[in-house]
Amino acid sequence: MDRGGDGEPADDLPVTSSTQIAVIGAGPGGYAAAFYAADLGFQVALIDADPNPGGVCLYRGCIPSKALLHAAKVAIDAKEAAAWGLEFGRPKINLDKLRSWKNAVVSKMTSGLGQVAKYRKVRYIQGRAGFKDARTLEIASEQLSFEHAIVATGSRPAIPGGFPTDSPRVMDSTAALEVPDVPKRLLVVGGGYIGLELGSVYAALGSEVTVVEMTAGLLPGADRDLAAVLAKRMESICKAVLLETKVVSAADTGKSVRVTLEGKNGKAEAEYDRVLISVGRRPNSQVPGLDKTGVKITDRGFIEVDAARRTAVPNLYAIGDVIGEPMLAHKASHEARVAVDAIAGKKAAFEPYAIPAVVFTDPEIAWCGLTETEAAARGITVEVAKFPWAALGRAMTLDRPEGLTKLLIDPKTERVLGVGLVGVGAGELIAEGVVAVEMGATASDLAMSIHPHPTLSETLMEAAEVFYGHSTHVYKPRRK
Amino acid sequence: MAEFTLPELGENVTAGDVVRVLVKQGDTIDKDQPVLELETDKATIEVPSSVSGRVSAVKVKAGDKVKVGQAILTVDGGESATDEKKAEPAAQPAEKRKPEPQPAVEQANPESDEEAEPSRPAAAESAKRPATVLEMRASRQPQAPEPQAQESSEAPVAAAPSVRRLARELGVDIGSVQGSGPGGRVGPEDVKAFVRSSGAGARAATPQARGGGAPPAAPGVASMEKWGEVERRPMSSVRRKTAQHLTIAWEAPHVTQHDRADITALEELRKQYGPRVEKAGGKLTVTAIAARIAAEALRRFPQFNTSLDLPNEEILFKRYVHVGIAVDTERGLLVPVIRDADRKTITEIAAEVAQLSEKARARKLTLEEMEGGSFTITNLGGIGGTAFTPIINPPQVAILGLSRASMEPVYGNGQFEPRLLLPLSLSYDHRAIDGADAARFLRWIAEAMESPLTIFL
Repeated sequence: MDRGGDGEPADDLPVTSSTQIAVIGAGPGGYAAAFYAADLGFQVALIDADPNPGGVCLYRGCIPSKALLHAAKVAIDAKEAAAWGLEFGRPKINLDKLRSWKNAVVSKMTSGLGQVAKYRKVRYIQGRAGFKDARTLEIASEQLSFEHAIVATGSRPAIPGGFPTDSPRVMDSTAALEVPDVPKRLLVVGGGYIGLELGSVYAALGSEVTVVEMTAGLLPGADRDLAAVLAKRMESICKAVLLETKVVSAADTGKSVRVTLEGKNGKAEAEYDRVLISVGRRPNSQVPGLDKTGVKITDRGFIEVDAARRTAVPNLYAIGDVIGEPMLAHKASHEARVAVDAIAGKKAAFEPYAIPAVVFTDPEIAWCGLTETEAAARGITVEVAKFPWAALGRAMTLDRPEGLTKLLIDPKTERVLGVGLVGVGAGELIAEGVVAVEMGATASDLAMSIHPHPTLSETLMEAAEVFYGHSTHVYKPRRK
Repeated sequence: MAEFTLPELGENVTAGDVVRVLVKQGDTIDKDQPVLELETDKATIEVPSSVSGRVSAVKVKAGDKVKVGQAILTVDGGESATDEKKAEPAAQPAEKRKPEPQPAVEQANPESDEEAEPSRPAAAESAKRPATVLEMRASRQPQAPEPQAQESSEAPVAAAPSVRRLARELGVDIGSVQGSGPGGRVGPEDVKAFVRSSGAGARAATPQARGGGAPPAAPGVASMEKWGEVERRPMSSVRRKTAQHLTIAWEAPHVTQHDRADITALEELRKQYGPRVEKAGGKLTVTAIAARIAAEALRRFPQFNTSLDLPNEEILFKRYVHVGIAVDTERGLLVPVIRDADRKTITEIAAEVAQLSEKARARKLTLEEMEGGSFTITNLGGIGGTAFTPIINPPQVAILGLSRASMEPVYGNGQFEPRLLLPLSLSYDHRAIDGADAARFLRWIAEAMESPLTIFL
């Protein structure tokens, strides 16, 4: 930082302070690291531009989107209840109230974290940190020296070129979460989880939603049988889902955004009141001065770390989105513990078998461990045991029988290597799958653990029984 | 047939935990051959046999608590000591849980671990084993598994996160551990058994059992094999103890003060009185003289005869002067202690040093004889050298090293004179002792050697 040119008086000497561990970025990676380090007895400073800890997850991601998705689900459920003899009429949407409820959720959570930071005597510094060297941070006029630093600066929405980014009608996920209005026509660019989650919200609020996805299917990365169930639902709530289609150009006309789309059948032009760009996220590795410390950054912009989440500079660690995929809050929080344990001198390593992925659409999709796509790509022999929810009492009582639970099982050891779910509440159910995969549970472990009836969790037990050819509710003799 | 029972190990030592049994049924043992590694309240020691012959029964196993007088082995006498070790030990309890043969690596070090793992099938031909172990290790994955090791076409090891962490902490590659659970699931017991049987994890099991974590291996140790052939040998118990002790010793901020004593006159005296001391059963060595002089110095400079109690922020001043003498033996460094060296004559000390050194080399030193020292003298002069930096033997705070005396020209009385100079190297714990005091202490010793009368001044 060139301090000479910023107009400050020459006698304004920088404030110097020191800490044992400096954590840069207070998202679910950063604040988890800071709190855990404080619990281990370290002196900790946590630095973020927001007024309280929370990061993208709480301020502009997981939490506000889930609040809106919950509201959307209530609206949809109310509408579908007509089929069971409950008619509510069209919902009246008070957007200001919805927004302020969502904001209240966010502020309760973030101010709570601020309090927790105080209780733990974590020094929270609101500001943007840059590296002076590998031992010193600069935050405004303060120089903070540290023994260890953890870079947890996260990621930001990626905006491909060609979009009029200065147009208020073109939104990224952050802008879309503010719900400025309910556009009549919304174009969602990118059929990944962010686009589908936010697209679902707007569809429930009354927008005509069009989704364009460059690849041949929604949710690239998820197994096709799971994505297919969601795709069917998305097609029913959206005006159109355009696959293998890309945006060639987009221009703000002053009243709308005129977009040229190119698909299998050629080009087409259409107008939208708003456009949501959700094509992925970019790591925030451009921390000022980080390049001077010797930390290595990959071609894709991720900070390089080892198994203990240590960078090329021994006292600098990095966790979360800034070091690579999957960019998930819970992965960052887990890495936070690994990094702090490593700093504390323990032999720590990030080596999960299962990082659960959840798409909070309706229905939800969730998976963990091995996927069928991955098993095929790596040549791993697995047997897939599927249990369709149509055979399950609980799913029928919810009138949501479209779900599916599947287990990927090693035929030799009968170990559960992966779990995939689609259906209402899949995000909650996947946790059992994570424990099964991490513990090296066998299909018989799942089959022999009594699951409560009638719940959706029974599908995991039943899928395990399908593997042995004796599921109570599915008749499917084993091949062997 | 003779029975070997646990001998007296030292005062106040009445029992111990068997760490390892070093012999097995069918072995032929010599008198004084270590047969048992025993952990007492004070230290881990090797217990030598008092009998020789062929072992017909081993009556203890690792983990047992044994008392002085308890039977350890029965030995059939009369067999030639040159008998080959039996290739096949007598029947072991049948292997039930794991019918398939174990990987060779698990059979490493069978001589010492046989009793620790009675369920393990005995391996044949011990001579072949080191090579097998080496091959296994060379072909194995590096010990710290990469998190993204999922590129392989194999499923990850069936082990819960807590078990994987345990393996990591013990320095074990979880992929090498054979699981005994359903679907090959590895449990904590499997990891511990692996450490016990393979000697993996940098001998992690023993320090772990004592409540301290294994020190981390030096960087590069896990993948040493990639630079060429490497042979892994287990540490002897003396080496292990030394390594552990010196790791602690290194925590003290060391300073080494060097000086030289003119021992020209002393050497005359030594030659003159040598035969007299020899009659008393000792040898009038520089070490014996230095021990007596150091004992006197410790009384005059009491801060050198202390120990630090950092947690309580106290210094322990000892009202006794027990001087340890470092002795080089086949098994490694041992330090017997001369009690109350300040109240003994040089002749008495010389006799005691001779006696203790002999016992040390014959492995007959008791724990008692190695404990309680308040200062240590280490003399490398017999081998050579001009100076060295001895490491303090905690909880002591200073150690005196002697190098080889040499005749050198010293300027005095208007001319150069040939004088015999003895290099002295005093390492001290700078937390307990200030540099100026150390210089004074060492100078006092040097002057006392130059003119022994100083002691009485």
